Amino acid sequence: MSTATETAHHGEHDDHHHHAPAGLKRWLLTTNHKDIGTLYLWFSFIMFLTGGAMAMVIRAELFQPGLQIVDPNFFNQMTTVHGLIMVFGAVMPAFTGLANWLIPMMIGAPDMALPRMNNWSFWILPFAFLILLSSLFMEGGGPAFGWTFYAPLSTTYSSDSTALFVFSVHIMGISSIMGAINVIVTIWNMRAPGMTWMKMPMFVWTWLITAFLLIAVMPVLAGVVTMVLTDKYFGTSFFNAAGGGDPVMFQHIFWFFGHPEVYIMILPAFGIISHIIPTFARKPLFGYASMVYATASIALLSFIVWAHHMFTTGMPVAAEMFFMFATMLISVPTGVKVFNWVATMWRGSMTFEIPMLFAIAFVVLFTIGGLSGLMLAITPVDFQYHDTYFVVAHFHYVLVTGAVFSIMAAAYYWLPKWTGVMYDNTLAKWHFWASLVSVNVLFFPMHFVGLAGMPRRIPDYALQFADFNKWISIGGFAFGLSQLIFLALLIKACRKQGEPATSQVWDGAEGLEWEIPSPAPYHTFDTPPLIK
Amino acid sequence: MNLIKKTMAAVLTFFFSMSIWAQTIDASQRSDLNLRAGVTEISNEVYDLHMLMFMVCVGIAVVVFGVMFVSMYLHRKSRGVKPANFHESVKVEIAWTVIPFIILIAMAFPAAKTLIAMEDTSEADLTILVTGSQWKWNYRYMDSGIEYFSNLATQREQINNKFEKGENYLLEVDRPLVIPTGQKVRFLITSDDVIHSWWVPDFAVKKDANPGFINEAWTNVIEPGVYRGQCAELCGKDHGFMPIVVIAKSPDDYAQWKADEISAIETAKAEEERLLSMNMSMDDLMANGQKIYLAKCAACHMPNGEGLPGVFPAIKGSDLALNDRAGHIDILLNGRTGTAMQAFSKQLTLSEIAAVITFQRNAWGNNTGDIVQAAEVHAYANGQ
Repeated sequence: MSTATETAHHGEHDDHHHHAPAGLKRWLLTTNHKDIGTLYLWFSFIMFLTGGAMAMVIRAELFQPGLQIVDPNFFNQMTTVHGLIMVFGAVMPAFTGLANWLIPMMIGAPDMALPRMNNWSFWILPFAFLILLSSLFMEGGGPAFGWTFYAPLSTTYSSDSTALFVFSVHIMGISSIMGAINVIVTIWNMRAPGMTWMKMPMFVWTWLITAFLLIAVMPVLAGVVTMVLTDKYFGTSFFNAAGGGDPVMFQHIFWFFGHPEVYIMILPAFGIISHIIPTFARKPLFGYASMVYATASIALLSFIVWAHHMFTTGMPVAAEMFFMFATMLISVPTGVKVFNWVATMWRGSMTFEIPMLFAIAFVVLFTIGGLSGLMLAITPVDFQYHDTYFVVAHFHYVLVTGAVFSIMAAAYYWLPKWTGVMYDNTLAKWHFWASLVSVNVLFFPMHFVGLAGMPRRIPDYALQFADFNKWISIGGFAFGLSQLIFLALLIKACRKQGEPATSQVWDGAEGLEWEIPSPAPYHTFDTPPLIK
Repeated sequence: MNLIKKTMAAVLTFFFSMSIWAQTIDASQRSDLNLRAGVTEISNEVYDLHMLMFMVCVGIAVVVFGVMFVSMYLHRKSRGVKPANFHESVKVEIAWTVIPFIILIAMAFPAAKTLIAMEDTSEADLTILVTGSQWKWNYRYMDSGIEYFSNLATQREQINNKFEKGENYLLEVDRPLVIPTGQKVRFLITSDDVIHSWWVPDFAVKKDANPGFINEAWTNVIEPGVYRGQCAELCGKDHGFMPIVVIAKSPDDYAQWKADEISAIETAKAEEERLLSMNMSMDDLMANGQKIYLAKCAACHMPNGEGLPGVFPAIKGSDLALNDRAGHIDILLNGRTGTAMQAFSKQLTLSEIAAVITFQRNAWGNNTGDIVQAAEVHAYANGQ
């Protein structure tokens, strides 16, 4: 490893620490949880912009009826890769980045438990996405079967580049599993003395549960992509009825991964919001214990609801009812969480800094997404909603104004701790309000076109959907542009331009990470703090 | 606490009046904002269920957001409020776990009832086999042997913005499905290639067409009319271009249509026999072949015959079209398993197949000079 190239602002460290080399090598070889957290977060932001650019292509094509900009085959590649990138490249790595930065600081640990694996789990990711993106330039194009890659569209009828898609999904899965192992081992073994389970910060709790979900379901995804691989290239018939297989079995296996996956993308968000609201309400989180139990219940229930994605595939009535009732049941613990946040705000002393604005937007808009989810749970009506823009509206409300807004809230909330300077408040306000307005212009009318009968994943549509689609596209372009404000703000903050931040940063903030200086030193908690 | 009670009362009143307002909306009107109530008993039940769920959700949203916004107004630091310090209340927490649970149970009953009715496909008056394939539907009447394909009827030029778009742009087909009103029509739904999904919103019927398996659905349409839908499961390149049109006719009109269809089948058979013994000229074959090519082949192999490299093979300059005459006839008749190439023996007549093969062997510089006649295709099909 490196020889010590001590940089000036790391002055307070003990001599025995190896300090990172400068330049590219620092980032390539780093085992420091803060560096790796930063890498994950920047990677995720780059992927967010890449996947967003694809969404811009989709919205440009759908701006008016008729085929104008891309051909239908390329359109399908855009929807597919947009979904894959946003799920595996933007949201999941962002949460892993936040876990890297925050979990050791929140539990008083010096680093993640497995720092070399940590480096590895990040650095395989860029290759996974380079492979995926490169497939777009191959003969026949990249994956065009939707991010859910239903067989046999993804097997017999897919383009020759499908092997690259399979390989890249394998790498993403390995990366996620390694990240999850690291989180579990760290939380299990490295909490500061006195930090009992029920004293753990909510973000740590939600990530611990998320990590178990990841370990449970990522191998299932790996299994199903492998079956796609062998069906396509090696003559197996897992999903081919002619050889004794069943295309619907693909969907069962995929959604057994896929449904816990959506909770993987929202549980850490619940954790983040459970930090931000108490800080700015200046009041402890209401119902900490019930938050923990609700998170665990959601995680357990997430394993028995997968077939609600498949009501139209032709299941026995008994199965349809089971999955309908189980799905409805999930709204109980989710409701508990929302009620707890509102009760935390009740009789607090609130201020509305940017993280709080994002958190409030999260509570309202995620709840809208949750309520449309409850409507989707009702099987007989789901027959009408299924595979329409109503579903697209639903999952973008929970994933964009849910997961992505929570990540932005987290970025604003902890940025001063990471960089040592306050973010540019003017830019931040522009970013928040522009995003809030545009995201609703973008996604809310999708409910209407969906109910009126517009199927999802179509490059062209009937004339009665034209007006709303125009508005949706305008909202989409505006939302995309708004994120460039965020980019400018982040660059400014990383260049340390701004008011210096105190170690507490927010006057209502509580937790170990607010007891160390801002910016957080390269190494923290060499000796564990004692929790009262 | 008084404030909470008052807020709750106001919210409940609002919720109640909203639900009355919702019921006054004419359920049958077609809306661009909302689900259609549709034209069957089931679709009306589904619509009512949808509105009930919607209103419950609006009610919950109004209560939750209402309390939150009241709190954001009252409990802000700028008003000089000192924060309280409570952080749990077993009673409240039990209440807001149990109450939603009760609401859910109340919603589960009507949902289950409708679901059971929707899935009861027994005692149908008429059964129709619906088969999806890339990117068209096939309808087969199990009682009479009437069978035909239903293709998108919107012109390419409209899609490519060369012509003005018609009223039913992308929602029109060459041969709609025809069903009688007032009878229970059962659909057996399957697929020849990838998964499709047969969806007619006005019937509240959406069922996946899975290759190798048969799904069931049913409808009983009250009023005659034309009802339009689309494929609802991503099925490849032209997923957006395989609409469904169903014409519901009164039983008398339906019987007339059925009789006409059956006699048309007889006429077509006779015509086929006649053409079999006829030799068409090159020009006729080319003209006819081009028409069929653009309608049936160009979606994959492209109007210029070059295909989509890596996905759909080119015909222009291909070995099959230049040299292997028997292989060319074979692939048209039987398709190629394990690829998107369908068997066209059911979709095209022998003379149409002959014309399109002649066209493919002479268009785009293929210039083989080959003329394929219906008799040759007929001979090949019968194993000579």
